[in-house]
Amino acid sequence: MLTYVRRSLLLALVLIALLGFAYGFAGTGVAQAFFSYQANGSIGRNGSAIIGQNWNGYSTTKILDPQWFHGRPDPDNPLVANGKPGGSGPANLGPRSRVLLADVKALVKAWHAVGVQPTEDLVTTSGSGLDPDITPQDALAQIPMVARATGISPARLRALVSKETQGPQLGFLGSSIVNVLQLNEALAKLR
Amino acid sequence: MALALTIVALVALTAIAWRFLGAYMVAVYQTRVHFLGFVERPIYRLIGTSPDREQTWKRYATSLLVFSGVFLLVDYLIFRIQGSLPLNPQHLGAVPPALSWNTAVSFVTNTNWQNYAGETTMSYFSQMGALMVQQFVSAAVGIAVAIALVRGFARKGSTTIGNFWVDTVRGCLYVLFPIAFVFGIVFVGQGAVQTLAGPAHVKDVLNGVTQVIALGPVGFMEAIKQLGTNGGGFFNANGAHPFENPTGLTNLLSMVLILCIPVALTYVFGKMVGALRQGVAVLAAMTLIFGAWTAFTAYAEHQGNPAVAAAGITHQPTGNMEGKEVRFGDTQSALYDVTSTQTSTGSVDGSNDSYTPIGGFGLLTGMMLGEVSPGGVGSGLYTILLFAIIAVFIGGLMIGRTPEYLGKKIQAREVKLAGFGILVMPITVLVLAGIAVSIHAGRAGALNGGPHGFSEILYAFTSQANNNGSAFAGLTGNHAFYNVTGGIAMLMGRFAIIVPTLALAGALAAKNLVPVSAGTFRTDNTMFVGLLIGAILIVGGLTFFPAVALGPIVEQLSRGKFFGLALPHLAGLVHWRLLLP
Repeated sequence: MLTYVRRSLLLALVLIALLGFAYGFAGTGVAQAFFSYQANGSIGRNGSAIIGQNWNGYSTTKILDPQWFHGRPDPDNPLVANGKPGGSGPANLGPRSRVLLADVKALVKAWHAVGVQPTEDLVTTSGSGLDPDITPQDALAQIPMVARATGISPARLRALVSKETQGPQLGFLGSSIVNVLQLNEALAKLR
Repeated sequence: MALALTIVALVALTAIAWRFLGAYMVAVYQTRVHFLGFVERPIYRLIGTSPDREQTWKRYATSLLVFSGVFLLVDYLIFRIQGSLPLNPQHLGAVPPALSWNTAVSFVTNTNWQNYAGETTMSYFSQMGALMVQQFVSAAVGIAVAIALVRGFARKGSTTIGNFWVDTVRGCLYVLFPIAFVFGIVFVGQGAVQTLAGPAHVKDVLNGVTQVIALGPVGFMEAIKQLGTNGGGFFNANGAHPFENPTGLTNLLSMVLILCIPVALTYVFGKMVGALRQGVAVLAAMTLIFGAWTAFTAYAEHQGNPAVAAAGITHQPTGNMEGKEVRFGDTQSALYDVTSTQTSTGSVDGSNDSYTPIGGFGLLTGMMLGEVSPGGVGSGLYTILLFAIIAVFIGGLMIGRTPEYLGKKIQAREVKLAGFGILVMPITVLVLAGIAVSIHAGRAGALNGGPHGFSEILYAFTSQANNNGSAFAGLTGNHAFYNVTGGIAMLMGRFAIIVPTLALAGALAAKNLVPVSAGTFRTDNTMFVGLLIGAILIVGGLTFFPAVALGPIVEQLSRGKFFGLALPHLAGLVHWRLLLP
């Protein structure tokens, strides 16, 4: 029995060194050498992360800042910044949850208050709570709000959305998406 | 249309893996591949073994159990002292004892059930040195058991079934390491992060919002997490997080990585027993179940979310998007989550808890069938071979002959071992779920009320006893009750199936071949595929129907009804949304 234990312990230590650290460090080295932008969080020139950060301005009861396009609602408080990274994750409310129903109703009401007829993506939370994208339809739905707040004509905003739309990868992988941060950066240039 | 093309791509890539990875794995486990000999040989010298020192099934099983036990303790220790170890830029303290126990068991058993939130609990040292290492090792151990069982069928009059140490080391070095490394690079290239630096602090110049963004060595863990059908992600959000699964392409590649080894093992099986058709028959049964479950789950998700409809948005062209990411969409998310629950992976790219009742039924019952379609790395093959023995036994009863499988006579001992291996999981799930709903500590874990709360509890034990690891994650698992009972479920679901499987391997290896005759019941034709699927569905259906009827089925039937939270006063503390007027 002692032989089994000694063997197990030795092999465990070797495999930790090899599969944990040699693999992990070599991988980090390759990643930093060839894809340093992606490997460090795809952080753009203005200091925001293209993905992995949520970009929305919801309070619990109203849409803040109607001059920007909004991403999907965050299941947690949207402005967690107390020095610790907030955990990611979904709201986990079931399909027949009264709380989900109340939330969606509140969000529909908030969107109606700024003149937007919301799509389903704009009133539901995502799987990560950090969904960086919306569909082109979600962006188009927000145009009346953004047009009123910024004075930019709806036609120009529609052109902007279609310019920022990325089709599915290879034509079929995933959905057509608009990255909310990139859309707003393009919007900032228009103003 | 996009879904159809994604499925075509998935099938094509998996078929390539079946043929070529399968052939390569045959060579690896017959020790015909040596290009990493300079790493391999010193390891054998250090631990004092060699490929030509074969073990009986008892020694093989003892080695496996001691190795897993020792590694479990090493991992437990790492979690407990992570505060004093390097690679901890966030200065995270020790993981509490019950959570450390649950997590160590979870990763050693290839479950990757996560009662912790990765980015706020585990240091980089723990993520790399304990969690990621187990994603290799537990996968290699699973494959080793499957290979040992296949050797049992392939050998005759043999007392040994291989060498556990060699099988495990070769699985890690030759199969898992190279594939994971290549795909790790692809994941990072697509946008997964891979850094040892701490979190990034960003301030957006457009809206002035500051945020702290968790980073870490993610991309390469992602590759092995999927390849080893482990499923434990770096982040709490798992495969839904843009840093783990950044694009539609990584979503597809995740599925390919998950499926490639379980599917290739059917090739290995066919080749090693000397009749590829036998492997194809098993693969056909796996594929048919997988296809049926994908079809109705994706269809259900495309119908939209009942709560969103009740709030006035009745037209939902993008389907049920609660808990799903826009870049994947409803049906490709469903395909991923079905892939993950029909294997022992359990990574998710959306919130399983927010699936429609029938969609959630698809995910839950995928695991309840024993995860054989195609199942986890190794565990999928050895579990479906247990079902195959039951199927030939039933077939034998029908035609009144002593059953045989692959030329081996299936006698009382083999049927008993296979039956035991199959029944461990349902018994564990139903007993533990029954206890959980009977006591306060169990019920207090559920977030959602009504039938969905019961589904959360049932799902938790189904997932852990199948070593899956996905969750209806509204359930708060990080309590003493769930940490301890979950640990028991995971250990039972892993080792109480592995030991009888290895005993079966030993018993089969010792037997001689029965010559094929006109009366032999064939196990490589459509009839057998049907019988095998029938055995799987009947065992799963009969054992779990009553429980499932109380969960997703009731929920589906209660049209127009909405349920509050299980324990609103507790959930209110963690859920800001309850503060809504």
